Amino acid sequence: MAQAAAVAKPPAPPRRRRTSATPRRLPYLLIAPAALLMLGFIAYPVLSVFYYSLQNYNPTKPWRNGYAGFDNFVHAFTKDPIFWDTLVFSAKWVFVEVGLQLLFGLALALIVNQTFAGRALGRAMVFSPWAVSGVLTSAIWVLLYNSQTGITRYLADMGIGSYGTSWLSDTSTVFPAAIVADLWRGVPFFAILILADLQSVSKDLYEAAEVDGASRIKQFWHITLPHLKDAIVLSTLLRAVWEFNNVDLLYTLTGGGPAGETTTLPLYIANTSVDAHNFGYASALTTVAFVILLFCSMVYLRLSKFGGEDK
Amino acid sequence: MITKEATKVAPAPARRRTTEPPRPLKAGRNWDEVPRWQIYLPLSIYLVFTLIPFYWILLFAVRPPGSTSLLPWPMTFQHFEKVWTERSFGTYFENSVLVGVATLLMTTLVALAGGYALARFNFKVKRAFMLGLLCSQFVPGALLLVPLFEIFAELQMINSLGSVILAETVFQLPLSIILISNFIKNVPYSLEEAAWVDGCNRFTAFRIVVLPLLRPGLIAVGSFAFVHSWNHFLFALMFLNNQEKQTIPVGLNTLMSADSVDLGALAAGGIIAAVPVVIVFAFIQKWLITGFSAGAVKG
Repeated sequence: MAQAAAVAKPPAPPRRRRTSATPRRLPYLLIAPAALLMLGFIAYPVLSVFYYSLQNYNPTKPWRNGYAGFDNFVHAFTKDPIFWDTLVFSAKWVFVEVGLQLLFGLALALIVNQTFAGRALGRAMVFSPWAVSGVLTSAIWVLLYNSQTGITRYLADMGIGSYGTSWLSDTSTVFPAAIVADLWRGVPFFAILILADLQSVSKDLYEAAEVDGASRIKQFWHITLPHLKDAIVLSTLLRAVWEFNNVDLLYTLTGGGPAGETTTLPLYIANTSVDAHNFGYASALTTVAFVILLFCSMVYLRLSKFGGEDK
Repeated sequence: MITKEATKVAPAPARRRTTEPPRPLKAGRNWDEVPRWQIYLPLSIYLVFTLIPFYWILLFAVRPPGSTSLLPWPMTFQHFEKVWTERSFGTYFENSVLVGVATLLMTTLVALAGGYALARFNFKVKRAFMLGLLCSQFVPGALLLVPLFEIFAELQMINSLGSVILAETVFQLPLSIILISNFIKNVPYSLEEAAWVDGCNRFTAFRIVVLPLLRPGLIAVGSFAFVHSWNHFLFALMFLNNQEKQTIPVGLNTLMSADSVDLGALAAGGIIAAVPVVIVFAFIQKWLITGFSAGAVKG
């Protein structure tokens, strides 16, 4: 009976045109996989980090586990000099790394945006380190910095520096050495994004400026740079967060050493949770990192004019 | 096919026409004529910096052990053989390919669905969803290792490549969805509507009309997902304990953290790790620039 009714029904309501035959549920169905994945593997872990940050939680010392209040935070801010050291180093690392990447990336983008013979090949070669992983970058620079067969040996052959220098194990050289290694891979990222944005500068503007007799430097300051402003601000922010979070390179290149000299906060957190199994404390440190990142993301949202653009 | 050809061919002559005529009108130098040395000099200096590390690893990979020659001659492949078989890079390579391809497919499919919804519909939780996407770009996977490990342990997925594929996909999603929805917004809705009038349903219209126009965007997003998961190291290090299951970056790290590093083997392993991404990259580079400028990271 029910079947008959169902069969009889369709012709009754005249079907509306196909164009509006979209079921209400369609957008929800479409975002469901992404939303579920992100709730399960990003939102839930984040919440559990908040929960653990208020706990003593160490699988190797279960007798001490339990509610800890804000003890972990108090400990971090008052009794843990390593925490402050890593925080300061993180800031220094991000600031120097992103600043130099932006500078070189911008210069590089402006150069390869010109028309010249061999441009395609030049671009491909200049951008190629972008695709190389942090671990592989480390491997390459370990070979280069190696004290026996690395570049220092050949520099010493030429009379520069001395034999047996190992830049990665000397506290005075490890920072610039790590910075250069990460620059090698990071500059192309900026260059690619800026080059992409340069494609949309109208050539008429330059021609008009040329007619008015503006020098190329003036053209750069008054046409190119204002056009690139948004792209530069956003990619700088994204990159800063990325550099803060990324542990692959330092983990494998220096392991945070020598003597903790190159340990960023995330690296310290990874060591605290993976090696020392102190999950509660690591979670508290993670929460601190989140607050810093949250601040960055609010700046980011403000800059990207979230919501205002939705047409 | 015909229309595609036509649009492809058209811009080239048009560009030539717009740039060439004004030249005679100008009295002085041309605006785009930067002195050649100002291009080639800085570019060459930068290229030395970029290429020496590549040359260095290549040199170490093909040089016989003990040699200190700066030329890759005589050449030997013994490091490659050793790394591929003795150090199981053959197995790592297979695992990495599997992880990379699976992440690429999952990310692209899920991001296409989500991106389409964002670009074409207004719905209740849209704002919340967008906010979630933007915020989660700031959530570092590295800081979530412990809770993620516990989740995968609960799901009995530790030591299976599935855990790494899932984790990589999830952290790739926010940016991919934003990029793809921007690409879809660039395709006029009227094209789809025209296809509906011609009798296509929404899905067919999307497949026939929108999908081909998304090609640069999909290539950008897909290659991003592949390269990231190919390169990424921490998830594989944490979630895969079994040597049989590990990926190339973990293998490289093992080589590096050995007490006495076998530099030849490390270099050969590095080359094996680099070749696929460098090939992918050389192939897609052109699409990447157009892909980014069309989908620009504007959030």
